[in-house]
Amino acid sequence: MIDQNKESNNQDNLVFEVRDLAKIYKMGEVEVHALRGANLELFSKELIVLLGPSGSGKSTLLNILGGLDTATSGFVSYRGRNLTAATETELTEYRRFHVGFVFQFYNLIPSLTALENVAVVTEIARDPMKPEDALALVGLTERLDHFPAQLSGGEQQRVAIARAISKNPEVMLCDEPTGALDSQTGVVVLEALERVNRELGTATAIITHNVDIAAMADRVIHLSNGRISEVAVNKVRKSPSEIQW
Amino acid sequence: MKGQVFAITLVVISGVATFIMFITTMHSLDLTRNSFYRDYNFADVFVNLKRAPESLKEKIKEVPGVNQVETRVSAYVKLDISGFPEPVTGHIISVPDDGPPLLNNLYIRKGRLADPAKDNEVVINETFAHAHGFNLGDQFAAIINGKWKKLTITGIVLSPEFVLVMRPFAMSPDFKRYGILWMSRKAVSKAYNMEGAFNDVVLTLERGAKVNDVLRELDNIVDRYGGFGAYARKDQLSHRMLNEEFNMLRNMSKIFPTIFICVAAFLLNVVMSRTINTQREQIAALKAFGYDNFAIGVHYAQLVVLIILAGLVIGIVAGIWLGGMLGGIYMEVYRFPSLAFILKPWVIVAAIVISIASALVGTLHSLWRAAKQPPAEAMRPEPPAKYQITLLEKMGIGRALSQPTRIIARNIERKPVRTLLSIIGIAVACATMISSGFFKDSVDYMVNVQFVLSQKEDMAVGFIEPTSYRALYEIKEMEGVHYAEAFRTVPVKLKFGRASYKTVINGIEPDSLLHPLLDTNLKPVVLPQEGIIINDYLGEILGVKAGDMLTVEALEGSKTIRQVPVVALVKLYLGVMGYMDMKALNRLMKEGDAVSGIYLTADSQYQEKLYRSFVNMPRVSGTIVRKNEIRNFYDVQAKGMLFFTFIATLMAGSISIGVVYNNARIALSERSRELSSLRVLGYTRGEISYILLGELAFIVLAAIPLGFLIGYALCGYIAAALQSDLFRIPLVIELKTFALAALVVLASALISGLIVRHKLDHLDLVEVLKTRE
Repeated sequence: MIDQNKESNNQDNLVFEVRDLAKIYKMGEVEVHALRGANLELFSKELIVLLGPSGSGKSTLLNILGGLDTATSGFVSYRGRNLTAATETELTEYRRFHVGFVFQFYNLIPSLTALENVAVVTEIARDPMKPEDALALVGLTERLDHFPAQLSGGEQQRVAIARAISKNPEVMLCDEPTGALDSQTGVVVLEALERVNRELGTATAIITHNVDIAAMADRVIHLSNGRISEVAVNKVRKSPSEIQW
Repeated sequence: MKGQVFAITLVVISGVATFIMFITTMHSLDLTRNSFYRDYNFADVFVNLKRAPESLKEKIKEVPGVNQVETRVSAYVKLDISGFPEPVTGHIISVPDDGPPLLNNLYIRKGRLADPAKDNEVVINETFAHAHGFNLGDQFAAIINGKWKKLTITGIVLSPEFVLVMRPFAMSPDFKRYGILWMSRKAVSKAYNMEGAFNDVVLTLERGAKVNDVLRELDNIVDRYGGFGAYARKDQLSHRMLNEEFNMLRNMSKIFPTIFICVAAFLLNVVMSRTINTQREQIAALKAFGYDNFAIGVHYAQLVVLIILAGLVIGIVAGIWLGGMLGGIYMEVYRFPSLAFILKPWVIVAAIVISIASALVGTLHSLWRAAKQPPAEAMRPEPPAKYQITLLEKMGIGRALSQPTRIIARNIERKPVRTLLSIIGIAVACATMISSGFFKDSVDYMVNVQFVLSQKEDMAVGFIEPTSYRALYEIKEMEGVHYAEAFRTVPVKLKFGRASYKTVINGIEPDSLLHPLLDTNLKPVVLPQEGIIINDYLGEILGVKAGDMLTVEALEGSKTIRQVPVVALVKLYLGVMGYMDMKALNRLMKEGDAVSGIYLTADSQYQEKLYRSFVNMPRVSGTIVRKNEIRNFYDVQAKGMLFFTFIATLMAGSISIGVVYNNARIALSERSRELSSLRVLGYTRGEISYILLGELAFIVLAAIPLGFLIGYALCGYIAAALQSDLFRIPLVIELKTFALAALVVLASALISGLIVRHKLDHLDLVEVLKTRE
């Protein structure tokens, strides 16, 4: 009975379900198997870290989860909706209302200020935060009217995080969010992500090849060669401030 | 870069092709004309007079500076052509009995000269023959000195004197209703009682002779023989029309290629600076390997030259082809034995040098930047572009803007120079299109003013000599004539100070219903009871203003010389003439109530019958039917107009496609990263298209009104450059011409937009996330 409850509870909390996911790229004449049958779940409020060397397939996995790429075979569902069968329009709508992205190179709009970069998203979202509030969450209240060119890398990444959370997404997908930053700045960015996950309960997946970051996750998914090679559960999540690399 | 290179190539082709087309056509016509003049001994000076004994020829020969002299007998006759029931005028010129003319010799296209022993043989000019489908042996009749005579065609010829065959004071050539007839001197002399006499002299000058001195001396000699005033080649009608045409070609060959070369240089500048920007790392690597600045500069210069080269080659070929076509169109109106097509090597060299040089100048800045970058700096990625709050937003308008609109506004403001140049580029395309429509509009307007509003008669009947006013009553009595008015035309020489000009004074009946004198504001000019009104162009030539006293020297009849006050200067589109109240003019000429001709309106059913009667009236020298004149005007103009509109549309299209497409592509390459980012964030294709195409739309929409302004100015310039004593082109541009220009620009913008939109729909979202800009 208890097990059943847990099962249904799990079902309610299930954000992503990934089954036998495979992706083959054609690079000219060569076929690259980026994913070879990955299986994975992500639950709400959970923070996971996807670890693996470059070419292990972690970015491909994240891109398919984010509706940026399509799978060659296999099945991905988001909250019970089949993403693998979704049309281009449905994927756009999915990204628009449900997913927050953070990328290694921030991908801010250079012609817009920090505030406006967040407003880009809140303007089209269903139930967004105020852009100022989102930027306050990442500690950028003082920098609202700065253009990307006037911000440091860490600040730019925090704007990107604010942009990602401002739509109150169900899930945050972060691809090497600290990849272009030094460790001190990286920690500040991770703290922002951790805080959002903790305070808003947004399910968060972080890609990294930095093993040290894994300590802040609930679960650590190891990828190698297009497959999930190991799933480790951290009994206790470390705070980013305790992490160093 | 394929599409962009194609767009630039298109513009280069247009520029090079128009340059070559106009220049080679001009050179070819010039060469053709010069060799025709030389080989067929075109005269330098022309004199018409009433009648002089042949012995006067020796006296003319003795005038210092005169080389060869030939006397002729010439006359205007009415022709009667079966199957063509309209008035036709012929200009008979005598040919020496002992062989071909010494001066203004004839190029015989077909047949032979008239036999001096026969008085019914005639040689006619080619356009006249073609217009009526005449061939050797065909016959038509002429009323020669009042006698109806059947003539047989023995030859079809061309003359350097009539490269363009046009009735004096006509608005355009009319090949059907005006022909040149050459007959033997014996036959013409006999018909006009001119044996041992002449009424027409042509002569050539010795090298270095002073034309004006010769003219003055000739006038003195022929004065008492009823001389109408000697004139030099530059005032000879056919020659002058050709010169006007050359003038026009010369202007065109300057205006249009310049526009294209500037646009091409601008486009290359934009494309090259973008290319160099994206290749800064490769440049750095090359420099790190030890390539020097010069080598890097040369590399990109080669790229520029390569891009230009294809356009150059195709442009040269297209220009030669179009030049041949344009030459062909000219040859339908201007008749030479054959068109010598000449392509001077320097024209090709100039086309190459001009286009490559301006392309390099256009890209110099980017080349310089590429070369001088220190390798280490160049290898570092470019810092994020700097933006600022736009002026618009600072003014407080920005609050309401959506973020995508804000992006558009800031991008536009960030590169003001490029934005402005793009706007100007597209505006120029729009202007080019307007200038092509302008020709048609202004001609329509001119025809309307000239033929419809100020010449309301159905027919104009001219008399051989000034005739009594009674002729008006006779014609009024004719069956079918509704209304008639008399007019008086006196050939004169107008003098003011040192300036003089030979023209006619038109005497018009006061309050004329059929022939009101309209100024350029279409207001009827009220003719004063005394004094003369001249048009402003003549005023400029003579340097007179209202109130001045003008010396009028009549060139016919009593040869009176009088002082006449200039009452007013009016703006008129056609001709350079004086206007007087008919009665005042007659008082001036001391000729009583003389008339030169009659304007009349008639019942359309009776018109054909009326021509017939006029043909048979000995006093009537010719009849002009107004509606024929209009129709013919358009027939002659139509082909040239069509060709020009076609060329201009192609050119305008290629510029606007070139500029819009290049802009779109550059914007796409500069923005693809942020547009992809927005797609990732959940923006739809339509929403991101708005950002890119909105910027283009802004540029295009800003360009159109500017294009209207530039177009108006360009037309003003063309109108001013082409004004001559034959006509002043009115600056009239119809609304539909503006609309069509805007439409062509919008259509090319739309095509470019669709291509870019297609590319936007295929952005690789994943790729862009992996790389830093």
